[in-house]
Amino acid sequence: MRYYASAGILGGVSVPSGLIEARELTKRFGDKVAVNSLSFTVEPGKVTGFLGPNGAGKSTTMRLICGLDRPNAGSATIGGVRYQDLKRPLTAVGALLEARAVHPGRSARNHLLFLAQTQGIPPRRVDEVLDLVGLHDVARKRPGGFSLGMGQRLGIAAAMLGNPRVLLLDEPGNGLDPEGIRWVRTLMRQLAAEGRTVFVSSHLMSEMAVTADHLVVIGRGSLIADCSTGDFVQRSSERSVLVRTPDREQLRELITSEGGTVTGDDGPDETGGDDAVPAFVVTGLPAPRIGELAASARIVLHELTPRLPSLEEAFMEMTAGSLEYGDRSQSATGPATSAKSAGSAKSAGSAESAEEGNVR
Amino acid sequence: MTAVTETPADASAPTHDTWPGLLRAEWTKIRSVRSTVWSLIAFMIVAIGFSLILAFVISNVWNQPGNHPNQVSLRTDPTSVIYGPGLGFGQLALCVLGVIVMTSEYTTGAIRSSLLAVPRRLPMLAAKAIVFAVLELVVAAITVFAVFFIVTTILHSHIVITLGQPGILRATIGGICYLAVLGLFAMAVGGLIRHTAGAIATVIGLVLVVPPLIGLIPGTIANHIHGYLPTVAGQLIGQTTQQPGDLLSPWQGFGVFCLWTVVLFAASAWLLVRRDA
Repeated sequence: MRYYASAGILGGVSVPSGLIEARELTKRFGDKVAVNSLSFTVEPGKVTGFLGPNGAGKSTTMRLICGLDRPNAGSATIGGVRYQDLKRPLTAVGALLEARAVHPGRSARNHLLFLAQTQGIPPRRVDEVLDLVGLHDVARKRPGGFSLGMGQRLGIAAAMLGNPRVLLLDEPGNGLDPEGIRWVRTLMRQLAAEGRTVFVSSHLMSEMAVTADHLVVIGRGSLIADCSTGDFVQRSSERSVLVRTPDREQLRELITSEGGTVTGDDGPDETGGDDAVPAFVVTGLPAPRIGELAASARIVLHELTPRLPSLEEAFMEMTAGSLEYGDRSQSATGPATSAKSAGSAKSAGSAESAEEGNVR
Repeated sequence: MTAVTETPADASAPTHDTWPGLLRAEWTKIRSVRSTVWSLIAFMIVAIGFSLILAFVISNVWNQPGNHPNQVSLRTDPTSVIYGPGLGFGQLALCVLGVIVMTSEYTTGAIRSSLLAVPRRLPMLAAKAIVFAVLELVVAAITVFAVFFIVTTILHSHIVITLGQPGILRATIGGICYLAVLGLFAMAVGGLIRHTAGAIATVIGLVLVVPPLIGLIPGTIANHIHGYLPTVAGQLIGQTTQQPGDLLSPWQGFGVFCLWTVVLFAASAWLLVRRDA
């Protein structure tokens, strides 16, 4: 089969390289600027997470990259080529978009078959990807009756159909059960390990924290961060210190008078037993300064732990000024002063509940 | 998981097989949804059914005085009598199918999959039109010839009508072509409006409602507008001979109808390329 015969070792493939480049990408819908002069690159061999609050322009950016929407300015290329100029695009780029893209009355197999036929992909590949995503038993069923998760698997099958070196996945975990989410995570890591480009948007921060090597973060259509996941968390100013002391009232006064903020009085009590004192969280003062304050006042400390913010906390801080549909009242006070209880942020599973924590 | 580990294919490989692939893909799309089968079955049942009823009624009342106009028509313009009622109703099923072929892409979201596969967009539209037109020609040919032979057989004891008589074969082939173009006309409207209900209402309105309304308006201007309406002009091809009062000859009428369809298709194609999907 010449379709596979043309495949060489990864480095031997000429066009396209797996590099996604957005340059000054701008898209307006009427008066509303959905994507505002956005520039970033997505490199092969990594899982790159695409984060942003609801309405930040993630899906629009994905659609601009694969030519469904026309940019008002700027360009997006894959391996230096616009998506519209790719020959047999599905063999270069596999895309799972957020919106439905399947006729509910056309069987899963026929949906994949017609896509394969447009690219000259042999029909046996259809059965391969159906096996890959675990939809073989329902291949001849109509997707109108599929669950959200099955629909998502069909979308992933379509993205994998052309064995592409670039994958654009918009919220791939939507509707999947925990086992399915783990499957997608493993798949994405495996695809990146094979040298492919994996660009994945998600609102599940905890999921991105364990999946993404690199992050592109946008808010209101503009770039907020383009760095490794580790750097993103490090860069956040929202450092906090977990403090445990029996003499809390006195230390709290000292910390407050030094400009620190104390939160989480009823905070987590993970390490101690019944007689352990409750912990609280200090922001705005580094751990050594808190230790010095305690020593000068002869206050006993049971615990003094500097903590990095979680990806979610870092994300909430970075995007606090750019929430499209969120509560903007807090953005007036600025991210630096937004106090956050460690307890509430920790238990928060989604951006929405983290916002509640942020408002406190 | 073995399939994942294959090396990505080279997208720059030659693509000499694009067009056959696109046509195959559109054939897969059109044959794999139920609306196609049901619309075509509805078309054939309505067209042949109405023609059967008509033929039996004319045959039974042949010598009654009220049937005199039919007798005259069967001598001056037999194909209009044979095809008029059955295809007149049956054509609505083809209008619906033509619209759905296009709008279902949008209403279901399948257009996004289609355009990801064919991002230049126009080849997809062209392949869809070709496949749909060929399918329509085949189904229309079977139906129109079936109608012709059924009706002429039933009326055989009263009047002999054969394909060899002047104008009959042209009107028959023309009727088949009219139905195929009508489907494309509906498809173009579907591509412009993109919503199933709105597009079907528009096409049915243009085919069934507008012509008689404009026909009611007296005067030469209204008469000319009426004569150049898409289906009014297009249906002239199904007449055995040009009738008194017709502004256009059968071929001229068919040409006007084709022109309407080409203009609407061009607008539809232009919007397909320009609009966000």
